[in-house]
Amino acid sequence: MWEYTDKVKDHFLNPRNVGEIEDPDGVGEVGSLACGDALKLTFKLGPDGRIADAKFKTFGCASAIASSSALTEMIKGLTLEEAEKITNEDIANYLGGLPKEKMHCSVMGREALEAAIANYRGQPLPMAQGEVVCECFGVTDLEIKRAVAESNLTSVEEVTNFTKAGGGCGKCHDRIMELILEVRKEQHAERKPAEKPKRLTNIQKIKLIEEVLEREIRPALRKDGGDIELIDVDGDVVMVSLRGACSSCVASQTTLKEYVEKKLRELVTDTLVVEEVRQ
Amino acid sequence: MSERVVYMDNNATTRVAPEVVEEMLPYFSELYGNPSSMHSFGGQVGRKIAEARERIAALIGAQPEEIIFTSCGTESDSTAILSALQSQPGKRHVVTTRVEHPAVKNLCEHLDKLFGHKHRVTALPVDREGLLDLEQYEKSLTEDTAIVSVMWANNETGVIFPIEEMAALARERGILFHTDAVQAVGKIPINLAEVPVDFLSISGHKLHAPKGVGVLYVRKGTPFFPFLVGGHQERGRRGGTENVASIIGLGKACELAAQRMNVENTKVRALRDKLEAGLLEKIPHALRNGHKDKRLPNTTSVSFEFVEGEAILLHLDRYGICASSGSACTSGSLEPSHVLRAMGVPFTMAHGSIRFSLSVYNTEEEVDFVLDKLPPIIANLRELSPFWQAEHRGAVGGAGCKCSCSS
Repeated sequence: MWEYTDKVKDHFLNPRNVGEIEDPDGVGEVGSLACGDALKLTFKLGPDGRIADAKFKTFGCASAIASSSALTEMIKGLTLEEAEKITNEDIANYLGGLPKEKMHCSVMGREALEAAIANYRGQPLPMAQGEVVCECFGVTDLEIKRAVAESNLTSVEEVTNFTKAGGGCGKCHDRIMELILEVRKEQHAERKPAEKPKRLTNIQKIKLIEEVLEREIRPALRKDGGDIELIDVDGDVVMVSLRGACSSCVASQTTLKEYVEKKLRELVTDTLVVEEVRQ
Repeated sequence: MSERVVYMDNNATTRVAPEVVEEMLPYFSELYGNPSSMHSFGGQVGRKIAEARERIAALIGAQPEEIIFTSCGTESDSTAILSALQSQPGKRHVVTTRVEHPAVKNLCEHLDKLFGHKHRVTALPVDREGLLDLEQYEKSLTEDTAIVSVMWANNETGVIFPIEEMAALARERGILFHTDAVQAVGKIPINLAEVPVDFLSISGHKLHAPKGVGVLYVRKGTPFFPFLVGGHQERGRRGGTENVASIIGLGKACELAAQRMNVENTKVRALRDKLEAGLLEKIPHALRNGHKDKRLPNTTSVSFEFVEGEAILLHLDRYGICASSGSACTSGSLEPSHVLRAMGVPFTMAHGSIRFSLSVYNTEEEVDFVLDKLPPIIANLRELSPFWQAEHRGAVGGAGCKCSCSS
């Protein structure tokens, strides 16, 4: 059973603004019977250019109905410029969140809104301009890339949850992964390129561990009358032996994990595990 | 949640019969011995397990020593199929159907990974009524076929396959035959003395025994490789200390099922028929899924066009009515039930499918209650649906999607 918030349940059981406005200013239709959910949104502008009324008809599950109902409530009283800033995350937040598998319902709401606004302005639908990636659900690369960028998606599964793309035959999974990487790359290029940790060879790793022990760790332990000796390195396991005050200190295990291992992970590679060898 | 519960989801799981609970209770408290022990305190438990084995064997026309206790139907399915492949390492072809339960379907799809080499899997199609083409089945059997695994009755539609003929055709060719009978056992008569299957899976919680116990029937003389290797339990065929109380419960449940077989096929069938006929009559654009007669007596799957299954279930839930749906949204996947799709039920219908599965505990009053509550729910959801226009009594719009539904 899905864990729906009370707000989702409320909007599902008592949907607001059901129906179709006669002679509307904008109409947006997305989805299809075959796809499992569909939404028809109609709105009417007031003399002040704000959305005076909005109605919906939805075929779909509880969260699709609730998302549609929430959307109509959210856009009433907004100018079109304000309304078009509403994202699917806003719709989900309005409802107190949606199960991740159901995020596509909020995406459908936003797309219907975009379609209705484009219809009013006599413009083509921006998202429909792209190349269709998922043929099963008719999802374009532009829709996928936007969802990846806005909601920080990292896997094909997440993209499916948000856009439905890839939820059918699965043939487009490779293409979706490419798109995810493309978006990541673009985002990366925008940010300052961070220095990528290079893969260390075994020799380099061992040398670096020795160096960090000598330069950082041993001086710190010596201050408390202790010391440490590197015994061996096997893969990512760094075997050490504690000396001096450390060897009899009750807090030595904490020192080992909280200080030595942390330091080595920070300065060498983050997969290292430090173990004590008693001799 | 509603205080009243009208439970019509018995293909998902069933209520443990009070008689079964009563029979189990002592084995949680004073009679806690291990049946493998040497002392008589444990020995008395062993005798009770032997009795359960006899009761189960009696229900399906088997010998007690052909019964292996497992943890669930899935374990029984895996054990049978993997054993058949291990005992015939040269054979790498499996015949199954497109409408199997995930316990068989997903296993067959992953055989290559499990064994590290290629297997050929033939998944037989079904027709619009959910029936198999026996000629096509016969043609699919080859010298390379290690095992046939075909369910006795379908969990979603209740459609019954002709296991007698199918098993006989496999036997003639020396091919092992497994049937997942978790939905069939207890609901329709099964006599393995006359049906030449080699493996048959039972799940306790589908016939009023508890969850966590199952049975694999293995015909005497069938080569067998255990799935769980450990102690000598089940004569070395399934390691692990017996789930004593549940096994005893399953034995009692099988005894009850034998006594109630008649009720299943008269009273329960009549209730199911009344429910189905009522829904189809009261609700326009509704369709039964599955063959009308070649079906379990307790199951009905009905599709309601232009509405979505999850929404229907959540409205039913407000009245305490428990059912299930083949809709995509209920499963978390985006495509509706593989069973309905294999039957060629259009996506538009599959999304709005609801399964009611009854038991001997249902009453006519409950059926009337559902017949009273469901039609307005469908009507209200249709009012919400952009595809439903009352005056047209049909769909509008909704084209332009290149779904796999069109293929």
